[in-house]
Amino acid sequence: MNLTGRLKEEDRPILFSSLFIVLILAVGTAYTLSTQGKATLLAPTYLLQQLQVGAFLGIVAAGMMLVILLGHIDLSIPWTIAAAAMMATAVGGAAAIPVGLGVGLLVGLVNGVGVAYLRIPSMIFTLGMNAVLRGIMVAHTGGFAPQTTATPLMQYLAVAKVGGIPVALLVWAAVSVGVILFLNRTSTGKYLFAIGNAETSAYLAGIPTRRVIIIAFCLCGMLAGLAGTLLAGYSTKAYQGMGDAYLLPAIAAVVIGGTHILGGRGRYVGTLIGVTLIVLLNSVLSIMQMPEAGRQVIYGSVIILMLLVYGRGGKVTS
Amino acid sequence: MSDPNTPARGFLADLRIRLAQNTALLTVIAVFVLLYGFYNASHPRGFTSAVYIQNANEVFALTMVAMAQTLPVLLGGLDLSVGAIMTLVNCLASLVLNGSPGEMTFGILLCMATGAACGFVNGCVVVYGRIQPIIATLATGAVFLGLALFLRPSPGGDVDGDLSWAATNDLYEIAATYGFADNGEAPWFQPIAGVPVPLLLLVFVALFVWLPFARSVTGRTVYAIGSGEGAAYMSGLSIDRARLAAFTLGGFLAGLGGLYLALQTSSGNADVPQAGAYTLNSIAAVVIGGTSLLGGVGSAIGSIFGALVLRTISFNFRIFEIDPLLQPLFEGIVLLAAVSLGAIRVLRVKNTLDLFR
Repeated sequence: MNLTGRLKEEDRPILFSSLFIVLILAVGTAYTLSTQGKATLLAPTYLLQQLQVGAFLGIVAAGMMLVILLGHIDLSIPWTIAAAAMMATAVGGAAAIPVGLGVGLLVGLVNGVGVAYLRIPSMIFTLGMNAVLRGIMVAHTGGFAPQTTATPLMQYLAVAKVGGIPVALLVWAAVSVGVILFLNRTSTGKYLFAIGNAETSAYLAGIPTRRVIIIAFCLCGMLAGLAGTLLAGYSTKAYQGMGDAYLLPAIAAVVIGGTHILGGRGRYVGTLIGVTLIVLLNSVLSIMQMPEAGRQVIYGSVIILMLLVYGRGGKVTS
Repeated sequence: MSDPNTPARGFLADLRIRLAQNTALLTVIAVFVLLYGFYNASHPRGFTSAVYIQNANEVFALTMVAMAQTLPVLLGGLDLSVGAIMTLVNCLASLVLNGSPGEMTFGILLCMATGAACGFVNGCVVVYGRIQPIIATLATGAVFLGLALFLRPSPGGDVDGDLSWAATNDLYEIAATYGFADNGEAPWFQPIAGVPVPLLLLVFVALFVWLPFARSVTGRTVYAIGSGEGAAYMSGLSIDRARLAAFTLGGFLAGLGGLYLALQTSSGNADVPQAGAYTLNSIAAVVIGGTSLLGGVGSAIGSIFGALVLRTISFNFRIFEIDPLLQPLFEGIVLLAAVSLGAIRVLRVKNTLDLFR
């Protein structure tokens, strides 16, 4: 009884998204077998390559999940990524990666102060931050792609392979271990859930709610900064709008993974699976040479479908 | 809206209460009048019909999308698909707004119906799927953008020139185009000849679409849901129907924005970044217009002025020839400052627990 009860509450999203991943792989493989006569999708090298690209989304989604657990959201992700990448390449040398992370941390700090102390809804404050960051970067670069290039270390972290495994994947794994330890083994991590469930009660229970909110936004910003630095390494340079494609997939991955959009509930494993699902869905659609229009429709339908299966809210009856 | 049980108040007391209830709306109107007056005073051709027409054209689509966004926000949610609905209808309009007058009328009605249908789909997913609006509309928005790309893989279109010209100028040009009131030269016509058509359309939508809705039982139910869904349910209000109606009307209004955009640009463009920008600006306009993101407080009239303020700020940049490279930065700072004004509330709070409401 307990087992099925728990399965219903916590593990259903994880189970269903895993099943859906298997379905995507099956459909994709059937397609490649019928057209090319070989199972491209199941080749380990191909899967690793896809996951390497997915690592950037995974790192962003990890940070996003921390903020969503609080019941907040960070819409400044796109230009945090771009700003971190641009500043990292502009500074260059050994300081590049710390600068990229620092930019993200700073953005997160401002977001955190705005949300925790000024009590401005995170939706609108981070939106404003995104606009400000874009403004700063347009002024900084003159509206063109910066001419600076990524440092060798950034390129190494993004594209190199160690024993056949992409380093970016290892970075994602390290971030994941860190987030799991943070959520499950530290008091601050536990407080995230408490605040997401009932902020007033958390405050009355003596939790330093403001500090926890700021920490969560700082971590989210820093992870976005890390993703931006790696992305610059991946494409060897930073460019305008490089982070635009990461905001909505990151939110979708977190939510598909079973984290409640209003906070308080969720498991990191779910986010990992959500990211994998989105990455594999994208790669199957590109193998099928689906035009952009069809991709958008399928993408949206999949999110709704997954949520209809397990993401439904309760009916209001009182 | 007077309560029959309380004794009649003095006119001044009544006025004071009404002013207090509409502080946010009055503030944003004052800010707009100030900014726009300043803009016109600094403009070499300020306070002329030409400037009004140009500005009304630039602002119309955003005001519609901001009105559309107001409804889900009043419910306590958020609609991330308004920009996508606008884009979809824009692409559809670029295909159907031509031919005989009958065909064009049918095209316009089809565009309106499409916007409302998109909103209705959102409503169904939210009400019957019981998925949070923000995430449901994130997904439906992707679907709508996909459909827009199907309709118009590359920018372009064929919009009837007369219709486009008449809808985006002043009344004189309508009369001249369609040949009434002596082609717009009739003496009785002169006082209103310089009124921009988009401005008239905006007032029309506000008076004959928004106000009747806000005053209907369904409209009041929307406010009640935003204030307390449980209480609204227990009061016997049909919350499902009100939500469906709110999302459908939101889609309809966003569709009007897309329809106008097609008339204004004479084309359709499934521009994904533009759709995103409109969605984000609509949220900003709603907040500047004094509607609470927590739901239950505000109005679409405020959102109209929020959108006007946002655009007027950009107009002022043009006058003062601020380095175009610095414009996005200024816009961002203004947006951030505008929303930070809400933080004044924090300073007034005496009991920390009030912060969490």
